[in-house]
Parts: sequence; C-alpha cells; structure tokens
Amino acid sequence: MTSLSGALAAATITPPHIEYGQLSPLLVVFGAAVAGVLVEAFVPRERRRAFHLVIALGGLVAAFALIISVAATPSLFAHGSPGHVVAMGAVGVDGPTLFIQGTIVVLAFVSVLLIAESSHGVSPFAAQAAAVPGSAEEREGLLRGISHTEVYPLTLFAVGGMMLFPAANDLLTMFVALEVLSLPLYLLCGLARRRRLISQEAAMKYFLLGAFSSAFFLFGVAMLYGYSGSVSLSAIAAAAATNVSSATLLYAGIALVGIGLLFKIGAVPFQSWKPDVYQGAPTAVTALMASCTVVSAFGGLLRVFYVAFGQLTWDWRPAMWGVAILTMLAGAIIAITQTDVKRMLAYSSIAHGGFVLTAVVAATAAGLSASLFYLAVYGLTTIGAFAVVTLVRDPAGEANHLSKWAGLGKRSPWLAGVFAFFLLAFAGIPLTSGFAGKFAVFQAAAAGGALPLVIIGVLASAVAAFFYVRVIVLMFFSDPAPDGPTVVTPGLFTGAAVAVGAAATLVFGIAPEPLLALASHAAAHLFVR
Amino acid sequence: MIPGDYVALAVILFVIGAVGVLIRRNAMVIFMCIELMLNAVNLAFVAFARLHGTIDGQVIAFFVMVVAAAEVVVGLAILMAIFRSRRSASVDDANLLKY
Repeated sequence: MTSLSGALAAATITPPHIEYGQLSPLLVVFGAAVAGVLVEAFVPRERRRAFHLVIALGGLVAAFALIISVAATPSLFAHGSPGHVVAMGAVGVDGPTLFIQGTIVVLAFVSVLLIAESSHGVSPFAAQAAAVPGSAEEREGLLRGISHTEVYPLTLFAVGGMMLFPAANDLLTMFVALEVLSLPLYLLCGLARRRRLISQEAAMKYFLLGAFSSAFFLFGVAMLYGYSGSVSLSAIAAAAATNVSSATLLYAGIALVGIGLLFKIGAVPFQSWKPDVYQGAPTAVTALMASCTVVSAFGGLLRVFYVAFGQLTWDWRPAMWGVAILTMLAGAIIAITQTDVKRMLAYSSIAHGGFVLTAVVAATAAGLSASLFYLAVYGLTTIGAFAVVTLVRDPAGEANHLSKWAGLGKRSPWLAGVFAFFLLAFAGIPLTSGFAGKFAVFQAAAAGGALPLVIIGVLASAVAAFFYVRVIVLMFFSDPAPDGPTVVTPGLFTGAAVAVGAAATLVFGIAPEPLLALASHAAAHLFVR
Repeated sequence: MIPGDYVALAVILFVIGAVGVLIRRNAMVIFMCIELMLNAVNLAFVAFARLHGTIDGQVIAFFVMVVAAAEVVVGLAILMAIFRSRRSASVDDANLLKY
C-alpha cells in the first residue's frame, strides 16, 4: 500500500533539480550563518567570539573562492551563453551576478572585521539589547564585559540575503531575499553599545519604513503576476512583448516594484530613512549597509529593469531620469548643511546612488559594467571612511559632530590625511578610484543618450566637492577645540579595514583598467533570461 | 462576485493600510496597517490565481504569510525595546534623529 501511494506520488510530482555546485557560494554563507546560531547555543560565552570569527571570515573566504570557481567554469558561458538559470528557474547565475556577489563578499569580509573590533576592551555592540538603557541590568552587563555575539550570524544571514537578492530570477525569490537581508539589519541597527536611544530609534524607523516599502514591492509583484500570470522575470518580459491588453496592471507593477527597489537604494524621494539609520546604527553596521546593501540593491534593480522591463525602456526611463536628477541634487545639496559626520556620509551615499542611476538609465552593457565598477570601488572607499569614523572618540563614545573634528589634522595627521583621501575619492578627484568610477558611469550615460543627466551629475559633483573640501579645511586649517576628541590607535581589525579601503582607493585610482576590464567582461552578455 | 471585484477590494484594503501608516501615530497601529497591506497583497494574489487558473498565486500567499510572521517577530522585538526605554510607542516621541 505504501509503495503504491509512493509510486503515485512519484508519478505526479517531479523532484526539483538543484544545481548545488552553482549555488554553493550562497549555500556556504547561509551554512556559516546557521553554524553561528549553533555556536550561540552550545559554546561557552567567553569562547564564542573566536568561534564566530573563524566561521564568519572562513565562510566568506570560502564563498569568494567558490564564486571564482563558478565564474571560471568553462561550461557556464559556453557558446556565448550569458549564464544558467538554476534551482528550477529561481536563481540566475551569470556574469553580472557573480561580479556583484564577489563584490558583496569582499565588502562583507571587511565589514565583519569592523564589527569584530574590540581591541579597546569594548565591542561596538550592546551588552544586553533587552536591558533598558540606564538600568541596573545594563550596568551589570557592561561591568561583566559581555556583548552580543549574535551579531555575527545576523550579519551572515544578511550577507546571504544580499547575495541572493541580485541573483533572484523570479520576483518571489527576490522578495524572500529582500526580507532575509533586511530583517537582520533592522536588529543590528538597534544594538549599539553607546547612545542606545538613538540606536533603537534608528532601528524602529528602519523597520517601519522598510516593512512599508516591502509591502509596496509585494503589491507590485501581485500586479505583475496579474498581468503575466507568472512571477518569473523572463515570463514578465515575454508577456510585456506580446500582451497589450491590461497595461494598467503592468505600469502599476513597474511603479510599485520600482518604489520597493529604489527605497533600498535610498533614492530621492525614498531616501528619508537613510540619514537617520546611518547616524543611529553602530558605525560598523553602517559600513555594512552603506557598502553591501547598496551593491545588492543596485544588483536587484539592474536585473529587474534590464530583464523583466528590458523592452519597456521607453516607458520607465523618464521616471528614472527624474529620480536620478532628484537624487544627485538633493543628496549633494542637503549634505552641505549637515553637522554630523555620519549623516554627511549618508547624504553623500544618497548622491552617489544618483550617480550610479545615471548609468542604470542607459540600459546598455556599458551602463551595466560602469555600474558594477562604480559600486565595487565606492563600497571599498566608504567602508574605509566609516572605519576612520570609529577611531575618533570622546568619553561618550564616537565624536561624530563635525565641530569636534576641527584641527584633527594637527593632532593626528595620519588619520586626518587618510580621511581626507577618502573624501577626495568621494568628490571624484583624479588619481582616486572615485574619479575612475564617475568617469565610467558618466561616459556610459552620455553614450546612452543621457547627456543632460551627465551635465547635472557633474554639477552635483561640484556641489558635493564643496562640502568634502570644507571638512578637509576644517581638519587641517582650523585650531583644535580644547575639549577635542582623542584618536585611538586602531586595532588590528580596524587598521586592516582602513588599509584595505585606502589601498583599493589608490590602486583603482591609478590603475583601474584590470577591474574595469573584469566588469565589462562580466557585463558583456548582460543578465541571463 | 467575479475575481476582478476581489482585486478591486485588495486595492482598497491596500490603500486603507497605506493611508493608515502615514497618518497614525502609534507604532503598533502603524505596524498593524502594514500587516493589512500585506493581507491585501495576499487577496490580490489569490484573486489573480483564480483569474489565470494557475496555482502559483495561492502558493505565493503562503510565502507572504511566513515572511510576514518573521517580520512580526523582529518588529515586535524592536518596538518592545523602544517602548521599555521610552514608556511610549508614539512615533512622534522618537525624535532624536532629524534633518
């Protein structure tokens, strides 16, 4: 009897075919995250950090090696094929995706170094997130020197979600990946050791607005499902090419899905969460969000708009033009008025998102490769900048107010010099990676027929250069405040993060060709359909 | 009722939820409005599944429910923490970060 029902089941349900080899980078990161949860359950508290570090860093290195081995598989790109669709159509493995995943893994590795920094006896994370700020419980936790080690598995889950998001080949997988990357980040934002009220407020704002935007994304997916009868990106593209009956559903779907994706990027008018969250979150988590999340969100945006809406370029391009212009100008102009260094970097990140959007609207292979290059170099520079921010401290924690940074160049010329170098890279001065990146995206945008966008982009860069240079002037040409902050000696991990950021900014500024060639090779066949 | 009416109902529910998020002051009520939006999405998926005669939409509704449940866990933890620190769940009181 059982064998009969088994045979019937086997006749009606075909087992799914999973290509474990091509999915292995994702599986390793998620596996490391699950192993981290087990460490929390079974390893004594004082030894957890060491275990977590080995698992997290080891997992990311292994994932990077696997990404390279998948990218080097000759059969994957045989006969000019752009790549494979694996896991029953749920995940696409192609050049741009592998490049984005490799970028995310490298950036996550450096971010984990910052998250793990505790050389001065304090981790950046709360002793007990559940303890009320200012309570006896909190003091007790601080005195015992404990800290939340759950941050490592949470980070790995977020990184896994970020790797899946740009690879998702249907909108349902993309939605699940969006939540897998967002939910751990909401929690990480609220775990700061110092200034806990601000941190909790940032977590609440990020959570409410993030959930709001996910609902929009999902309603857009429902509209596109109603339009095409499928959530697969290629099926939506096929339906858009033939079916002209219910265009309302299609346009509503594009708009709503676009809102969800642009929210994650922090494009104007969906940017309001970004400064608050970047300021309130622990700086190491801000570094993770400003680099990996932005890369991943752009990956998802590029895939959806190039694959599913690839034939509708004329329909979405005007709206995307508007968003790009608003994002560049608003980001650059509002940043001028900021007095907090993390908030200023947040607005700078918004403006940089606008610069990448100029290449996205080109909707060509050149635009794709320029975006990939820009995201990679910008991510490394931004982690370096946030790593420097963690080093300037006063008794209350990090000294983030810009007035405290006055005269920093006179007391610690090295640190101020490195930070000035990062700011020059953000401004796009030649011989930094920022210049190479800006040149690439503006060139792609101009070639794609978006010359007005390029002109506005250059103007916005000039405005942005003003406030970057203002900070440099403040650091080097004004007198130090008497109650100024102390600059702590960087520990091994933070030092490594600053060094990687500075080295990448310099090397990709002087010799960008190898990475540019890699990006254009990865983007040559666009996304797999 | 034809499936198209259910889609219209889903749109109405979604708009009610979205307006609620924008005008309500209590974080808990805002969160409930977001859940209302997600349920409107589920209704739309099931209605479209019926329209197209495919089962995908019904399966997607289950995915949405599971993800929404996970979101509740994370969201309530954050809202609890902030309520215990501030003795208030009003989003107007959380105003340390601005401009």
